[in-house]
Amino acid sequence: MAEVILKTERLTKKYGRLVAVDRLNLEIAEGEVFGLLGPNGAGKTTTILMLLGLTEPSSGKATIYGRDCTRDPIGVKRIVGYLPDNVAFYNDMTGRENMRFIGEMNGIYGKAAEERIDMLLRRVGLQDVADKKVRAYSRGMRQRLGIADVLMKDPKVVILDEPTLGIDPEGVHELLSLIKELSEKDRRTVLISSHQLYQVQQICSRVGIFVSGKLVACGNIDSLREATRAKDIVEIEYLARPDNAELEQMLSAIPGVDEVKRERGLYVVRAKQDVRDALVAATAEKGYSLRHLRRLGGDLDDIYRRYFERGGAQ
Amino acid sequence: MELTAKQDLPVITDREARRNGFRALYYKEVRDYFRSLKFIIVLALVTVLGLTGVYGAFNGIRDAISDSGNSATYTLLSLFTEQGASWPSFVWFLMFLGPLVGMALGFDAINGERSRRTLSRLLAQPIHRDAVINGKFWAGVTVLAIMVFALGFFVIGFGIAALGLVPTLEQLLRIVIFLFFTVVYMALFLALSQLFSLLFRHMATSALMGIAVWLFLAIFLGLLANVIAGVLFPVTDTSTVTDVLNNYRCSQFIKRLSPSTLYSEAVVTVLDPNVRTLDVVSFSLQQQNAIVGELPLGQSLLLVWPHLTGLIALAMICFGVSYVVFMRQEVRAD
Repeated sequence: MAEVILKTERLTKKYGRLVAVDRLNLEIAEGEVFGLLGPNGAGKTTTILMLLGLTEPSSGKATIYGRDCTRDPIGVKRIVGYLPDNVAFYNDMTGRENMRFIGEMNGIYGKAAEERIDMLLRRVGLQDVADKKVRAYSRGMRQRLGIADVLMKDPKVVILDEPTLGIDPEGVHELLSLIKELSEKDRRTVLISSHQLYQVQQICSRVGIFVSGKLVACGNIDSLREATRAKDIVEIEYLARPDNAELEQMLSAIPGVDEVKRERGLYVVRAKQDVRDALVAATAEKGYSLRHLRRLGGDLDDIYRRYFERGGAQ
Repeated sequence: MELTAKQDLPVITDREARRNGFRALYYKEVRDYFRSLKFIIVLALVTVLGLTGVYGAFNGIRDAISDSGNSATYTLLSLFTEQGASWPSFVWFLMFLGPLVGMALGFDAINGERSRRTLSRLLAQPIHRDAVINGKFWAGVTVLAIMVFALGFFVIGFGIAALGLVPTLEQLLRIVIFLFFTVVYMALFLALSQLFSLLFRHMATSALMGIAVWLFLAIFLGLLANVIAGVLFPVTDTSTVTDVLNNYRCSQFIKRLSPSTLYSEAVVTVLDPNVRTLDVVSFSLQQQNAIVGELPLGQSLLLVWPHLTGLIALAMICFGVSYVVFMRQEVRAD
């Protein structure tokens, strides 16, 4: 595995009695696209603000490329680009002027700045509206301007807070491929926070699931999938035609099946092991035609829901 | 199309980070002020009212000159300080409007960024937080200085053209010092309103707070001073001179807590060489014993030095509190 460049150790933030982030230990390697996932209010934004030195942790520490995020925020912000959620620009300035301003703040002036702005705006597909006021930009355009804006300082690490929020599917697709490029083409490390797992998982190499201030799971999607499967219990959604009373009896009679429930027009079969083969065989034998068969706990929604339930229960 | 963004970007030292943040914000804010409707309204207000004050003075002086046929008693300085028949002077307008001008420029400094949600983007750059306050403050001061000096020099030009009064070098210096005082006075309220913009999340709250402070200092403190002095040192028909003096000094002391009083005392002293003192006692005593004459500029300055120190000190206090508040403040908007 590549070198760990972002590290938090027992990072904690308390607001009065509310613990927003609870002893977070996180390690992100160079070049990774890490997804920080969790429902609203889970402490994702607070974590990001602490990484940027914009909020002081109650205890614990965070470092990026060995720079202490609380003690050396300037050093950190020199190499970290941050796109806040609901990013806003100065509306009465053009896209180009907004970027020029950020460039100046990072010590990039004159010709070098103009060339860089042109290159970045072309990259995010905003070259045609570069000299229009940001007021006239759509939400998707603003978000892409945000990406260009973040890249102005050529950051080693890019932190994006809810980048896909409120954008239409087409826009989301474009944005995600842009983000993917940051890692694949530029070799930057990317940290994305989101509550929309489906959108983000396609570009994340690893995700961490964050619930009420705690990181309840961390790893790539496959390992999470494996981990979410409850031990010794397999749940299978099942439907066959004709859907009559004998069908349920047949299901219950299959060896290993503990329970058969009816949920939303489907049967949910609980068993000690994977009995899908036995189900298919029995269905064919009795002359039913199989309409639906799916093992639960495998897809992302289940992972997500299960972790949220688990996180909430703790 | 080139897709890799990697370029050789300058490595920034800490000192440069400080300067970059300040410079970028300073230029942006100055640009914004000149484009903003807010500033144009303030400029129009001060210009129109200030010039009516000058016009009132001009009429009075012209009549007096044509009556007596001699212009020796009047100088260009009178244009600033002289009152019209029923209309206050230029100096009075600046004294009265100064706080409003300063506050109008600063009341939305930080909470405006916050409500437009641009603050987090700003603070995610490698800059110090004090660069935000400093950049905005000095941009405001620059705009105020340009406005005040432009107005002042316009009046000088008007005086020369319309009345034929040509200022001596000393008079010119006095005017420049008066304009400088005006900028400091307005800048104090700029600093105060910036502090409000940090303390209050809503722009409307900080604007109202600013107006409240302005009204209190401009109007109510004066009334209050007389009431308190009247209670502490009552003046009746049988009062002694000491009582009367105590009463006056008490009310004077309270009034001087207001920057407006400090400012108007200071600029009247600077603009009028005949003002020899700012205390009633020595004034009356001196009138009897001193040879009548004008104070040289240095002596006038000596008289108002404490006023300048006081105004700057007040601004520094606002600044100090702003720094402390801003450093501790959370960045997130919600």
